[in-house]
Parts: sequence; C-alpha cells; structure tokens
Amino acid sequence: MSIFAQSPLHTVGREEKSDCLIELQLASSGGRAIKVHSSVQELYGNQIRITLESALDFFAISHGKLVIRDFGALDHVLKARIEAAVRAACGDQVPALLPEPRIALPPKPASRLRRSRLYLPGNQPDLALNAGLFQADAIILDLEDSVAPPHKAAARILVRNTLASIDFGRSERIVRINPLSSPYGQDDLLQIVAAQPDTLLIPKCENAVDIRSVEERVSQLEQTHGIDRKISFMPLIESARGVMMAQEIAFASERNCALCFGAEDFSADIGAERSQEGKESLVARSLIVLAAKAARIQVLDTVYSDVENITGLIESTRESLQLGFDGRGVIHPSQIRPIHDIFSPSAEQIEKARLIIQAVEEAKSKGSGVAALGSKMIDAPVVARAQKVLSMARAAGLLEPDRES
Amino acid sequence: MEWKKNAVGRLVPLEIDGKQLKPFEGAYADQGGGRQTGARICAAASYRDKMLKSIDEAIDACKIQDGMTIGFHHHLRNGDILINLVMEKLAARGLKDLVLAPSALFPTHEKLVSYIEQGVISHIEGSMNGPVGRACSLGKMKKTAVLRSHGGRYRAIQDGDLKIDVAFIAAPCADSHGNANGLHGPSACGPLGFALADSLWAERVVVVTDHLVPFPCFPWSIEGGHVDFVVTVDTLGDPSQIISGTTRITRSPTRLLIADYAAQFVRDSGIMTDENFSFQAGAGGVSLAFVKYMGEMMREKGVIADFVRGGSTQYMVDLLENGLTRFILDGQSFDLDGVRSLRENPNHIETNPFVSYNYHTKGCFANRVKVSVLGATEIDLDFNVNVNTHSDGWLLHGIGGFTDAADAQVTIITAPLVRNRVPIVVDSVTSVTAPGEMIDVLVTEYGVAINPRRLDLLDRLNKSAIPVLSIEELHNRALQMTGEPEKPQFTDRVVALIEFRDGTVIDVVRQLQTKS
Repeated sequence: MSIFAQSPLHTVGREEKSDCLIELQLASSGGRAIKVHSSVQELYGNQIRITLESALDFFAISHGKLVIRDFGALDHVLKARIEAAVRAACGDQVPALLPEPRIALPPKPASRLRRSRLYLPGNQPDLALNAGLFQADAIILDLEDSVAPPHKAAARILVRNTLASIDFGRSERIVRINPLSSPYGQDDLLQIVAAQPDTLLIPKCENAVDIRSVEERVSQLEQTHGIDRKISFMPLIESARGVMMAQEIAFASERNCALCFGAEDFSADIGAERSQEGKESLVARSLIVLAAKAARIQVLDTVYSDVENITGLIESTRESLQLGFDGRGVIHPSQIRPIHDIFSPSAEQIEKARLIIQAVEEAKSKGSGVAALGSKMIDAPVVARAQKVLSMARAAGLLEPDRES
Repeated sequence: MEWKKNAVGRLVPLEIDGKQLKPFEGAYADQGGGRQTGARICAAASYRDKMLKSIDEAIDACKIQDGMTIGFHHHLRNGDILINLVMEKLAARGLKDLVLAPSALFPTHEKLVSYIEQGVISHIEGSMNGPVGRACSLGKMKKTAVLRSHGGRYRAIQDGDLKIDVAFIAAPCADSHGNANGLHGPSACGPLGFALADSLWAERVVVVTDHLVPFPCFPWSIEGGHVDFVVTVDTLGDPSQIISGTTRITRSPTRLLIADYAAQFVRDSGIMTDENFSFQAGAGGVSLAFVKYMGEMMREKGVIADFVRGGSTQYMVDLLENGLTRFILDGQSFDLDGVRSLRENPNHIETNPFVSYNYHTKGCFANRVKVSVLGATEIDLDFNVNVNTHSDGWLLHGIGGFTDAADAQVTIITAPLVRNRVPIVVDSVTSVTAPGEMIDVLVTEYGVAINPRRLDLLDRLNKSAIPVLSIEELHNRALQMTGEPEKPQFTDRVVALIEFRDGTVIDVVRQLQTKS
C-alpha cells in the first residue's frame, strides 16, 4: 500500500497557457517525489524542478508527492501555485514565498487620471503579463466576480505575486477584493495589503461601515508591515441601497479617491434589464456623480460589455462624460484608446485654455487685476476650468514640454 | 564529411547523400549565369484521350518506380486528401525510397509518418510541418530532407536540382485536356500557382479534379499542353479546411498591439508614401490586424497602394473594393472573400512563384514590394531569423515564402517578445532561415528594434510615439521575464538542410537527442 494513501490530494492552478496545475499530497515519511511535465520541458524543465525543490525546502516539507503540469508559467506564477497548494495542505499559517527579483514600487502621484481602468481576472496569469503595455490609466486585478469560489485562495496568492513582479508601467495598480462580509474579504486583505497596491476597489458598498471596516483592517496591516504609503479606496456602488447611501459612502474615508458604479449588479438589484442606452441606471449614475463631486473625489462609470462594438462604446462613453464621470471601466484593451480620446481635452480646448492662462499671466505682470481674452473678461471659474484642462492635458501626455511654460 | 562555415557563421556540409552542396555566401552573392534545365519534349501528333478512371490507373500509366520523386502543391492546405491518398496507394504497391516533394504539408498529412517509418518515403524535399517535421527531427527519414522556400522550390525545379518524376496536381476545376484552375467547384481554393513548376518540368503530370467542366476550362492556371493525364475523384478534400469561411482578426490584446505598432511604424517611418506604396502581409493573427490598421491609416492619409501582396483575405479584398489599392497580387487565398474576388475582380491577379518569388529570373516582384510583414519563431541579436525550428530544437514549420518575401525593400518581423515563457528574441537562433542582412525591423509588444544596417529608418522615426529599443534591450527584457533557457541537445546527424532561395545551404537541422 502506498505511503500516500492516507493524506488528501490538493490540486491548485489551471491547465492553461502561462499557468500550471499542481497536485500536492503530503506524507509522513518516504522523502519527496517531484514529477515535472512541461510544455517547455527541454528549455526550463530543470529550472522548474529547482524552483519546486527550493519551495518545498522553504515550506519545510520533506515528505510527499508533487506533480506539476506546466504550460509556460513564469517564476512568480509557479511560486504562487505551489504556495497555494501548500496552504491548502497545511493551513493558512505558512509564510509567504515571494518571487525574486521584485520590481521597484512606482511612485504614487498626488493626483491621477482615471479615464480607463482595465479589469483582469485575478486567477489568469497570462492576461497580467503584458497588461502594463496598453496605457490604461488603471489596472484592476480582480479577486471578486471573475474568480469562482474554489479558486479564491489561489487567486489572492497569484495577485500578490503579480503585484510584486510585474511592471504595470504608469498604470495605477488596483486590486478588487471580495466584500468583508464574504468568507474571503479578510484573507484578501491579509495577503494584498502587504503587496502595496495603489488602490483597493471595494465591491458591493452599501454604507459607510463597509468602507470604515476595510479602513480599520488596512490601517492595522499597514502598521504591522511598516507601510507608510497609504492605500487608496474606490468604493464600488452596485445596488439600490448603495446608490441611496452614495453620499455617506463618498465621505466615509479620507482614503476614498473615486466612486465607481457597477451597472450589471445594479440592474439585477432593481429588477430591470440592462440596456444599451442605460435608461434604467440614469438616475443612479447621476446620484453617484453628485455624491462623489460633493466629496471632491472622482467618479467612474461602469464597463461597456460589447467589446466588438466600438461605435456603441463611443456613444455610451460620450454620455458618461456628459453626466460628469471622469472615466469608465474597460474589459478589453481595444476599448482604451476611444475612451481616452473622449475623456481627454480636445486640441481646441487645450489651445483655448493655454490662451486664457497666458492672458491672465500677462495681466498679472502688467499689474492689472482684470484679464481679458479678446473682448471677453476672464473670471475665476473660467481660469479654474482652464487650469483643469491643462493639468488633464499634461497628465494625458498631450502637452509638448515647450508649451507648458 | 567536409564542413565549411558559411556567411552567417553556420557550419554546413559540402556534400550530403552524394549531392554536392554550396554554402550560403550572402543574400545577393549569387549573380546568376547558370542554365535552366529542359523539360521532356512530347508530340501532339493526334488527339489523345487523357482521361483515366482512377488514381491507380494514373500510377500505372506513369510507371512509378522505387526512388522516384512525387510532387504535390498545397493550395488545399489542411483540407487536402490527395497526398495521403496517392501515397497510400504507392505504399500498398510496396514501393520504396520515394522522394516526396510537396510545396507544403499540414497536420492532416500526419499519416505520412508511417510511410516514412516504413521506408516508402526516403525523405522530403520542399516543406513540412507539425507531425512530419517531428518525425524528421527524430531522425526517421532515411535520407536528408531539404527545406526550400516557395521561390526556392521553383528555382530548384527549373535549375534541375529537384527533378520531379510525377506531379499530381489537385485541381478544383479542370477539363479533359488538363487545363485547370482553382476558381470553381466544391474545392475552390483560389490561385493554383504553386503547381506551375511541377506542370512545366515533371516527367509526367496528372491533373486530379472533383469538378470536371467541358473544354475549355478557363482561365487556365495550369495549361493542358503540359498535362499527361486527367483523373476525376469524388472529392479532393474538406472545403472547410481548404479555406475558412471568414478569417477573423485576433482578439489577443498583445497581438493587436504588435500589429498596431507595425502599422504605425510603416506610417511614421515614411514607408507609407503617396506614390509607389505596396505591402505584403500574410494570414496570421498579427498580419490580418496589420492589414486592417494599414487600411485605416491609408484612408486617413489618402494613400492608394499600387498593389498589395496576398495571401488574400477579406481584409485585402476590402482594400481593393474600397479603392485603397489598385491591385491584389495573390499567391493563395485564405478565405471565401479571397476566392470570390479573384474570380470576379480583374484587378485581383493570380500569381505563381516564378513571377513573385523566384531568384533565378530576370526579376521577380518580391523586391518591388515596399514593405513585407512576416512572423518568426526566433530572431537573434544579428537579426538572423528562424521560421523552421523552435527553441527546443523541433522542426515544426516549412519556410513558406519567408525568404522570398524578405526580399522586400523593408522587411518587418512581427513577434511577441515571449511565447509561453519561451523568449523569441535570442542570442543566436536555433537555425537560420534568413540572414539578418534581409531583416530591417523587429516589432514586438514592447516596441520596435531596428537593424543597425538601417539607421536611415531610425532617423525617420524620431517623431513617432512607438517605443524604440535596441534588439539587445529587447533580449534582456525577455530574459528578465523568463530566465535563461537551456539549449536543446542534438546528435551529430543532419536530418534536414535549410536551403536559401539561391540554392546554397544557409543552415542544417540536426536530429534531436530525446530523453528516454
């Protein structure tokens, strides 16, 4: 009888490209048996074996059987999958096996554009590898709706390692955690806060307590890990109750940087069919815009789910802009450019803003309190708007350096 | 065996299987001056009935014997059943040591592996992929395979390097005289140009059709005057595998980004000019998207191409029908729109490898193409390109038209930096298909690298938004992600020669040492 017969077999990962499936069965004696099957056997078979051996050493596992079916998983993925398998077998007390080398944490700007935020399913490593190349203003590694319950535990380890080893360029690094009221939210925070994403997207927010309880736990963890770079919050409102409480949600925390609206859950919640033109959510979206703007934070519209229909995306996004939104969700990189075009100031707007600021400065240098452009007097709100246009243009890379001065 | 280092630094043998070989000396070192071979002279003394009742009758009539070379074309692609059918009948007759000379093979031809193992086929000259390539990598062929480009195959036949004894030409539409085209019938595939050289130089030519029409079958891509016999069969293959109903652009964000960068490069580097603009792109995921993006940019800038070079697809046909190109010069059709357009539009022109690709001519149009966009399995720091083997050493692809199309004025390689952990930019390619001197630009999702030989292109790019890196930077970037791979282990045995388009040997493929 096999010595492995008594202990359960733990299976983690996926048989998909850039990923791997790991089967781990612990034993009390008999040493370790590691079997490597890989699509890149000839090129990386030995390295994969070494990674697995040293991972088992790290977790102090001396006896058991480990089988890997690899489809080109990179090192941080291999390590995430083996750690998840060990956690499944040994419980959640095991230490984190972080990938090396780790990327340098990009600086966190005081303000940023959030015209587009690209959603990526947290348990699919292939999509994250190149995600930083598409120039999205933000990338969301999702642990919530796109990850089925049996994969939640493995996904959060993978997302943690992804944050540590993938360079997302200038994109804001956001993780959508599970609600704290679910069985997964607390464990998500435990792994994710230490990896220092820029922002947490908090789903299914319905009141201020939903934000404050996350804040409390995040502050504790930041203190434990000695992190002085505060993680920002994006409350996601996707129910009738949430919409009616949008104001208190928006004001619930200093960490709030934007409110987001989720149309799919919202329309289900009010018992309406989600339509192309979005009539069913018009009032809800307007209420959320008002709440966010009252709290002086940004407000971001829902995703447009028909990837093939770029014309529809453009129409719908023009409406978002009209309603006061600062950006919207993206489920395919091909949606990014049209959205950026809409949420960025046009060449004419930039030119006009530049002339306004120029006129104001000229007036100032002449000691005059009143500036005019042509025959029109320039008053304070016009100056403020012009400044906003220029700062958006600068952030969007639309201003040539010699034109900034 | 005597070896010599060739112009891309690869050791190649000077003789193999009793054949003298010439090492590669440079892409344009060969200045011609040889002689073409001649075809057998027949006589049309009186009317002769060419119709035979079956493939078996054709095999009898052609007197196929051990050691003969049998030619096929690949216009029916993965839908072809003729190659398997003919080889099955030859195997059943106990024939041995046949040389199979297809212009390409597909996964559907996996069955040939058993004929290779049984010694029915001694080796392949031309092209192979997938399962047959794997068998070759394992050393299963008795003799050394020869890989040739489409233009190289035509040259080899015309120059007498590859003597085809019997050519079986799958013809979607033919008459009893042997005139044939690929435009009509249930197996319609578009052009039939890859069979032209076979029809002109093979000792015996058999046209096989599943759609016999009354004489004359016109246009005649294959002329009846070259054809010995005509055989009808119930079907030539599976239409859904011959051409796809529609070709769809990839949804892979990475591939779309590469295509976008390639099109932006063509626009921003000044290659896309108001006059004398032309380009070639294939039917791969990146290429289709490139054609679409290129069309959008041409429309925006009011550019009309003199011609575009297919493989034709709906995206090329769109360019023609929307007045964005004056002609399509088509080597093969990949979808129904391509076939329809070739049939109906006089500006959609069928081509063959003689006019498009052959180096031993008084001019083929490959070097009139302004820019060619091609894929690769590997590219190295010298810009040498490999399209035949993978980094793990397996021979998995034919050359296709690669080396010929790389003759364009600007040749762009599009490839992801990493494919499932395998770096595509390497220090030295596993095998060289085309020399770096023919390759001008590499476009990846991380940006473009320009061959230092083409600093003129680099200068023109300074206003472009595309990231420009050195190929060394791209290489380092890939290795940071993947780690340094191990090298595959080979035995000393050469299993295939990679022939350059001028007939010289640019590299060899060795037998893989398989771990038991």
